[in-house]
Amino acid sequence: MATETLTLGKALTAGLRRALENDPKVVIMGEDVGKLGGVFRITDGLQKDFGDQRVIDTPLAESGIIGTAVGLAIRGYRPICEIQFDGFVYPAYDQIVSQVAKMHYRSQGKVRIPMVIRIPYGGGIGAVEHHSESPEAYFAHTAGLKVVTCANPQDAYVMIQQAIASDDPIVFLEPKRRYWEKGPVELDAPLADAYPLHSARVARAGTDATVLAYGPMVRTALDAATAAAEDGRELEVIDLRTLSPLDLTAAYESVRRTGRCVVVHEAPGNLGLGSEIAARITEECFYSLESPVLRVTGFDTPYPASRVEEEYLPDLDRVLDAVDRTFGW
Amino acid sequence: MAKGDPGVTSRGRRAAPRSKQAAGDPELVQLLTPEGERIESATGPDGTEYRVDFTDEEYRGLYRDLVLVRKLDAEATALQRQGELGLWASLLGQEAAQVGSGRALRAQDMAFPTYREHGVLYCRGIDPIMPLGLFRGVDQGGWDPNEFKFNMYTIVIGAQTLHATGYAMGVAMDGKTGGEDGEAVIAYFGDGATSQGDVNEAFVWASVFNAPLVFFCQNNQYAISEPLERQTRVPLYRRAGGFGFPGVRVDGNDVLASYAVTRHALDNARNGQGPSLIEAYTYRMGAHTTSDDPTRYRIASEVEAWQAKDPIARMKAFLDRQQIADADFFASVDEQARAESVHLRERVLNLPDPQPVSMFDHVYPTGSPELDEQRAQFSQYLESFEGSAH
Repeated sequence: MATETLTLGKALTAGLRRALENDPKVVIMGEDVGKLGGVFRITDGLQKDFGDQRVIDTPLAESGIIGTAVGLAIRGYRPICEIQFDGFVYPAYDQIVSQVAKMHYRSQGKVRIPMVIRIPYGGGIGAVEHHSESPEAYFAHTAGLKVVTCANPQDAYVMIQQAIASDDPIVFLEPKRRYWEKGPVELDAPLADAYPLHSARVARAGTDATVLAYGPMVRTALDAATAAAEDGRELEVIDLRTLSPLDLTAAYESVRRTGRCVVVHEAPGNLGLGSEIAARITEECFYSLESPVLRVTGFDTPYPASRVEEEYLPDLDRVLDAVDRTFGW
Repeated sequence: MAKGDPGVTSRGRRAAPRSKQAAGDPELVQLLTPEGERIESATGPDGTEYRVDFTDEEYRGLYRDLVLVRKLDAEATALQRQGELGLWASLLGQEAAQVGSGRALRAQDMAFPTYREHGVLYCRGIDPIMPLGLFRGVDQGGWDPNEFKFNMYTIVIGAQTLHATGYAMGVAMDGKTGGEDGEAVIAYFGDGATSQGDVNEAFVWASVFNAPLVFFCQNNQYAISEPLERQTRVPLYRRAGGFGFPGVRVDGNDVLASYAVTRHALDNARNGQGPSLIEAYTYRMGAHTTSDDPTRYRIASEVEAWQAKDPIARMKAFLDRQQIADADFFASVDEQARAESVHLRERVLNLPDPQPVSMFDHVYPTGSPELDEQRAQFSQYLESFEGSAH
């Protein structure tokens, strides 16, 4: 089996390429996805190999990207829409929330919108404003959408293909600060045998406290676990992977063992995923908990200027601080 | 001068001579005057000659369509007034624009309606009961666009124009343009929608991708209460020029001209000549919806002026004058309309309410364990009442 070391970004490219090869109805559309290969080069070389009818440079209009993709989906296509940056998805928000998400419901199952909306998201790259946001809660809050995010190259390669193959409309969040991190990718493994898309996964086993993270924060949580181990504390890290629907089966099992839980995300804490997760864990694991579920998140400010983003973003120390607090309760 | 007169721009200047808007007047393509006089041909702003060549049977058929859609529409309004529909968006006054454009569609063409295209729906051969579930509140559409070549109603203003554009791009990508059997797409929207970003984005996309699409704007002069002057300073059809495709304004109360310009635009699209914009100049004789009160924002004399341009009266006058139809025919159409509306009413009253747990159905094509759990819990909750006094 061919295993290659790829960056997360290149793993996505390989996954997109395979999807284009396997299904002639798959089309990629977005701003600068053609000759340029996207501002992050995720679609690099795809227009050259599949043509400008399959990899479509669109006018600069996000609502147009999603709205026309709805029409293509009704026509039988499987559009993959690239939104260039998290902060630019909002012009398309109406089409995503009012049209994409509801079409199957309104039609009583007669219209499927098998669309993938790829969004590079999150901070940590020193970008100017509107380029570092974490909008996942907006989409996870919307019935009819599914929301997933990958944290490593192997998952990037597999999950993007699973999302494209799914008949659900899926917001696929790509942790842009992790695009350049490398890892092994099994390129030939059959998709049918892959780990299910809408399932969380234990990223590191541990016994003393449970840390839940997703996307860019999985790396941060794993680093925190490594540091904690040096102090003799074993953290279990769970990569949630799917934000809607949430899969907390592994989290419940873990928290029942550890009695302590910390949720980490970059998005602001107020009404973020962490709030929902904390509520559900409290309902399911109440008698096992030794302390409240704690959240380590971005602050309830607009995403700040990049010179202070390191202070805004949850990091190893803030995760460990929260873990410490669960032990001091 | 009446508000919304086609010869007037928002600043009150005359854009074109008002009198005798007939053949040769590029501001308004018309083949049947309000008095029912036939005009042989009319010239569009780009020099296109528009004419129709209908048999007597076809003329009578158009009249029948107009009367039927008006009667069914009136029945729906009545049903709302009696509490049987939650809301109704009447097409009163816009019958000719809808029947003319609807009959211009070929079987393979796809339509993307707003929530008012009951007349187009009727012309697609669709049972008029189909959209009434939405207005009664028993469903939210629930039909398959590909089965009827008619998409679900879209309430969000202008959103469907992008869907139509994408669908039309798909038609072109499928190689289904070029020739008689090519497919064309029509997107319906109103004058208010022309201010929406989505509609303007649709214009851009359709243009640069040369999509086989007809933008059919029914300018009924009002977006709820706001007159056309709040949406535009130029005649709407002229906006097409800025986007790089042809635009034409047609008398939307003239079923023959509406048919002619739509058929021409659709055939251009199916032949690979790209998009165009039709502004069907008409008037919403009724309220925006049954929740609206137009007496708060428009005067009776304006409505009366448009009453004189009624699309059905002029067609009837034409059929009568040309002896294409006689009193027996008109009576039989009225009787058919009455019978169909009674039948429609009976079926609306018999539309079953959905089961409460059905609200969990079809949220996702592949389901959701979270929703399955909510459904199970809610079902259990409902069952806990069974056998109790409440």
